Amino acid sequence: MPLVENGQIVEDRYVRVADDAPIPDRVPVIVSAKRFLAEADALIRRDGSLGVAWPNDRRVAELEPWLGHLALIALNFPKFRDGRAYSQARLLRETLGFRGTLRATGDILRDQFHFLVRAGFDSFEVKKPADARVFAEVVGRYSVYYQPGADGRTSALRRRLQSRAKMPNTRETV
Amino acid sequence: MYVYDAFDRTLVTERVAEFRDQVVRRLSGELTEEEFKPLRLMNGVYLQLHAYMLRIAIPYGTLSSEQMRMLAHVARRYDRGYGHFTTRQNIQFHWIKLAELPDAMADLASVGMHGMQTSGNCVRNITTDQWAGVAPDEIEDPRVLAEVIRQHVTLHPEFTFMPRKFKIAVGASSHDRAALRVHDLALQLFRNDAGEIGFEVMVGGGLGRTPFLAKTIKPFLHKRDILSYVEAILRTYNQFGRRDNIYKARIKILVHELGVEAFAKEVEAEWQGIKDGALALDPAVVAEIAGRFRYPGYQRLDDSSPELAAARKSDRKFDAWVGNSVANHKVPGYAIVTLSLKPEGGTPGDATAVQMDAIADLADRYSFGEIRVGHEQNLVLPHVAQRDLPALWRELDAIGVATPNVNLVSDIISCPGLDYCSLANARSIPIAQEITRRFRNGDLARDLGQLHINISGCINACGHHHVGHIGILGVEKNGEEFYQITLGGKADENATLGTLIGPAVPYAQVADVVEDIAAAYLELRQRPDELFIDTVKRTGVEPFRERVYATR
Repeated sequence: MPLVENGQIVEDRYVRVADDAPIPDRVPVIVSAKRFLAEADALIRRDGSLGVAWPNDRRVAELEPWLGHLALIALNFPKFRDGRAYSQARLLRETLGFRGTLRATGDILRDQFHFLVRAGFDSFEVKKPADARVFAEVVGRYSVYYQPGADGRTSALRRRLQSRAKMPNTRETV
Repeated sequence: MYVYDAFDRTLVTERVAEFRDQVVRRLSGELTEEEFKPLRLMNGVYLQLHAYMLRIAIPYGTLSSEQMRMLAHVARRYDRGYGHFTTRQNIQFHWIKLAELPDAMADLASVGMHGMQTSGNCVRNITTDQWAGVAPDEIEDPRVLAEVIRQHVTLHPEFTFMPRKFKIAVGASSHDRAALRVHDLALQLFRNDAGEIGFEVMVGGGLGRTPFLAKTIKPFLHKRDILSYVEAILRTYNQFGRRDNIYKARIKILVHELGVEAFAKEVEAEWQGIKDGALALDPAVVAEIAGRFRYPGYQRLDDSSPELAAARKSDRKFDAWVGNSVANHKVPGYAIVTLSLKPEGGTPGDATAVQMDAIADLADRYSFGEIRVGHEQNLVLPHVAQRDLPALWRELDAIGVATPNVNLVSDIISCPGLDYCSLANARSIPIAQEITRRFRNGDLARDLGQLHINISGCINACGHHHVGHIGILGVEKNGEEFYQITLGGKADENATLGTLIGPAVPYAQVADVVEDIAAAYLELRQRPDELFIDTVKRTGVEPFRERVYATR
């Protein structure tokens, strides 16, 4: 499955390590949530970037104590239409302030790209090579958005005001 | 009317381009039907029994004459010359070809129309009172905040793949004409004791196989907080709503299983974290949206014009229509006119391209170019000068939309049923047509008075049978169509779910049963002005049950 970051197909630096396999040194790894929660203290002291694959039916707030030690969180879309991880992504970015890599995995098609970017994802395991190749083009398909998201873009509701006369109220609200 | 600006137009145009790409990929086989399904559903495209169906959003039921003409064009050019107005203030076309869909959508986009939010597991088209902005009992026009919410949830990155669809209705009158309490989220604008206008927030209403009325989780929510609070509700639902069973996936089940207090607590915790952030609604934003609603330049007129009184006196038919289909307007000298899409023997909610064009012209001449769609599947001309009523009536009558049966026994709400829908177990439309024939006598219908019949062809309840004064639900028994009858449901501010009166009856007997129920009511009522629904409330369903099953 091709991996897309910064609009390009890239080599995956991370190694997914099975729960019963030894963890290699100085290699970026992704471990399961179960293993992470069991071995968190040892894992965060290890030399090398650490990622966790978090299921979409567990509250991401459980990760809060360790967010500073995590280089990557992989969230899962078991099916295209199962959108729980969009909420998890926004909570991680906007409420919990996670600044590492947020990877979308699972049933990822081109038609989700702009939703994923807007929810705060910046790494994408794309199901079909043809979709991965057109990432940059497809993700720019919309030039306006009505609502603010985790990508920091200004909402249309707010841009309308900015594009009019200078408003006395400068609060950054919708 | 809300007037689109460059932002709105750009988004709709970009949406058409995206859909065109998706259709090309589907036709070439690059996308499987399974992959295409959620994409087409996000644009209002269903695959039905005979063809693709396109559902087009009519936000809060407001249409311009220009938009109505475009709907007529789509009916003519891409369909079979008619369209079907739905109980959610949308319109659907049932005979569209997949390859032509992008062109139909591009034509619609040219007048600011689209199929976004009419299907799929997103926030659906937001509905409100079809009399919004003109109802005398309204505290403010609910369409302004409905539009703010509509924009916020359109292509929302977080809430496009929720467990199930999510329906929002907004009301602002003491009398509920939008069936608020059967919605996933009902927002009632009101003025509190401190004189501030805000929302009562109710969640978890819905019909289908497990009907619930919405419950209050926030007695008063300041307008400033509406987007953040809606976001908190949707986020809670998106994460915790059930996804293991499509029939248990609506928010009503989550609210029911968690309990309304626990659900409200979860929402409150989420809301506290975001309420002062980017979603706090700036009054300038609301003012900006409000500023793009165009209101008519009404003339100074007096109520009860002598021309109108004279016309009513001289023409019994006209008088009956005014008494039935014309309502008071908040501006003196004007009236709200309902156009019945329920002619005898017709399909409830259907309008032909010829009718749509004619209605658009009449809206230009008599209603400042504006038309409304109500959840009862009728149309409304919302700003008619009372003195124009005789002339308007003649023209409405000529195109078959002046049947004086609004709110009466033949003003039936019906889903398309087995004639079109792949989910249906039984036909709905022919039942409705037969009932209108049985009650073609206007004097009898007027004597029966307000009486709402709702028909659904399956348990999904698109015809809202649970909240019909008489509810008719099609079921299948050993390969044959049977119908369950409920009595006493209502969808207004005192919303109630109907009570089943007994075993289901076969297709051929449904209209007889309705006649029996009507006859029983005429005998049971205490006074001629005791409404059907009040008689049922007083007596319960027992005397009706006896009457219906005595000979069956």
